Amino acid sequence: MERYFCTLLRRRERVRLALLGGLLASLYGALKLLSLAGLINEYWQRVLDQALITTIGALGLSIIYGFAGQFSLGHAAFYGIGAYTAGIIGKVWSQGSITFFLLALLAGTLAASFIAFLLGIPILRLRSDYLGIATLGFGVIVRVALENSNRFYPPLGGATGMTGIPQVANFDWIFWFTVGTLILVCNLIASSYGRAWLSIREDEMAADTLGINTTRYKITAFVLGCGLAGLAGGLYAYRYPYLHPSSFDFLKSFDFLLIVVLGGLGSISGTVVTAICWVFLLEGLRIILGQAFVDWRGVIYAVILIVTVLLRPQGLFSGKEWRLLFPSRDQDGTWGKEGKHASLRG
Amino acid sequence: MPLLEVRDLCKDFGGLRAVSNFQLKMEQGEIVGLIGPNGAGKTTVFNLITGLIPPTSGSIIFQGENLVGLPPYRIAAKGIARTFQNIRLFKDMSVLDNVRAILHVHNGYGFWDAALHSPRFAKKEEEILARARELLEVVNLETRSRDPARSLPYGDQRRLEIARALALRPKLLLLDEPAAGMNPREVASLTELIRFIKDKFQLTVLLIEHQMGLVMNLCERIVVMDFGEIIAEGTPHEVSNNPVVLEAYLGKGAVVNRC
Repeated sequence: MERYFCTLLRRRERVRLALLGGLLASLYGALKLLSLAGLINEYWQRVLDQALITTIGALGLSIIYGFAGQFSLGHAAFYGIGAYTAGIIGKVWSQGSITFFLLALLAGTLAASFIAFLLGIPILRLRSDYLGIATLGFGVIVRVALENSNRFYPPLGGATGMTGIPQVANFDWIFWFTVGTLILVCNLIASSYGRAWLSIREDEMAADTLGINTTRYKITAFVLGCGLAGLAGGLYAYRYPYLHPSSFDFLKSFDFLLIVVLGGLGSISGTVVTAICWVFLLEGLRIILGQAFVDWRGVIYAVILIVTVLLRPQGLFSGKEWRLLFPSRDQDGTWGKEGKHASLRG
Repeated sequence: MPLLEVRDLCKDFGGLRAVSNFQLKMEQGEIVGLIGPNGAGKTTVFNLITGLIPPTSGSIIFQGENLVGLPPYRIAAKGIARTFQNIRLFKDMSVLDNVRAILHVHNGYGFWDAALHSPRFAKKEEEILARARELLEVVNLETRSRDPARSLPYGDQRRLEIARALALRPKLLLLDEPAAGMNPREVASLTELIRFIKDKFQLTVLLIEHQMGLVMNLCERIVVMDFGEIIAEGTPHEVSNNPVVLEAYLGKGAVVNRC
């Protein structure tokens, strides 16, 4: 009986993988066709790529905050570290070769992860609000460092921004990197890592007393999530011709935070959908409001956040997770059971 | 060699001595009750044994090894599991995942196995799933495995906490008021459950409880605490007739009146 059950599960798992692969491939094909047919112009293609890059970064924060429950307000700092690390390698050494592009992405990811590791050891002892303040402070430090970076190394550009990175990353690379990230994150969530992260979010003391090395898992979540921000930053650097410290400041961190909270803490599907919608919404507002958008941005953010937290504190997607993303074995798992917002916690 | 030996354990909170010269020896397979009025320091003893708070002085020797100074997760992995007085489940996780999260402590696999869902991962996960189902069956919760833990009725939440503790494959199980808030029928079934798991998993059990029925029924030996100190120790019969114990529970006058 048990053996039969296992075989059945394995067969369902193969079907699931085939379906998921087919769907992603057709989505890719459809978007490619639309762009070849001229229905997606250069401008909207840029917006779409930005949406996918934001998704990668938001998935990182989803792990850190949505699953492991560690409140971080400095996510964009790691996005910036990844962008500048990958960017400077592209600017100084490569002439647009793909190998260098991939190496630079790896370097950006590793740099963000490594700094997250060094930062995480002292600050992950802090609980929600305090951790938020510490990461916020780190974000400010990184921004100031980037603004003055030309004093240490002129090609970094400092406050005038950095240009001259070969624009190697196109839609194909970005799409498949997003898919890869999504699968990696879903796989981890449906494993001991995901459950350990959730248990820490739910009750850190109980997890600790029952044998879960909470420090290790918190650092893993932080390093991995920040590494994904670094990867997103690297892709950004190779897609858009101009890097500026203000693209990686507190408002950008807030973007990621909003996406994760609006999507529903502990929901991968929610994070993905909200990230994409968010970027398109911002572009839409930019078109409607024109130049005034920059002034109104802060107000719009605040209003959206207040309305959501009042009307739907559990996020837009809580309670729902796209089943195809998770193994059949795991259908009794915790998918879609929402987490609480840090400030609502007792 | 005793399974657990606590020697001269003291804990000060500021100027308050919460636990003072606590001594306890537990042999393999024993069920010992720890009782005492509210604020006697019983839960503090549990917190000291599980490493949540460091003792001021004294030693805690488990299977010949001093646990003082080890972090809680290492102590847990050595085979000491506990439940909590105020239930501390992973409330928004499913019933199944509450147990599975802890099963990984002994059934782990590496980061890349998890990231790529390797064959090793699949094999381990199948084992973990089967084991989790088995443990849920023991506490009679196998039909609720999908539900979030917070949706369970109170008594079931207490039983899920026991299943989660068993996932750690403990040798010593610490139960902190497992029957608190239960009705007499639930207490009876809990008593049976504790006996059953003790035999099935060869456990040694130390339990804090206020429901004397359960304590008298289960425990071979009872330790009574008051104001951080042990005031009496013995069989249920000895303890329940000890004037010092009666005094601690009922006040001085009660004993005088009885005489």
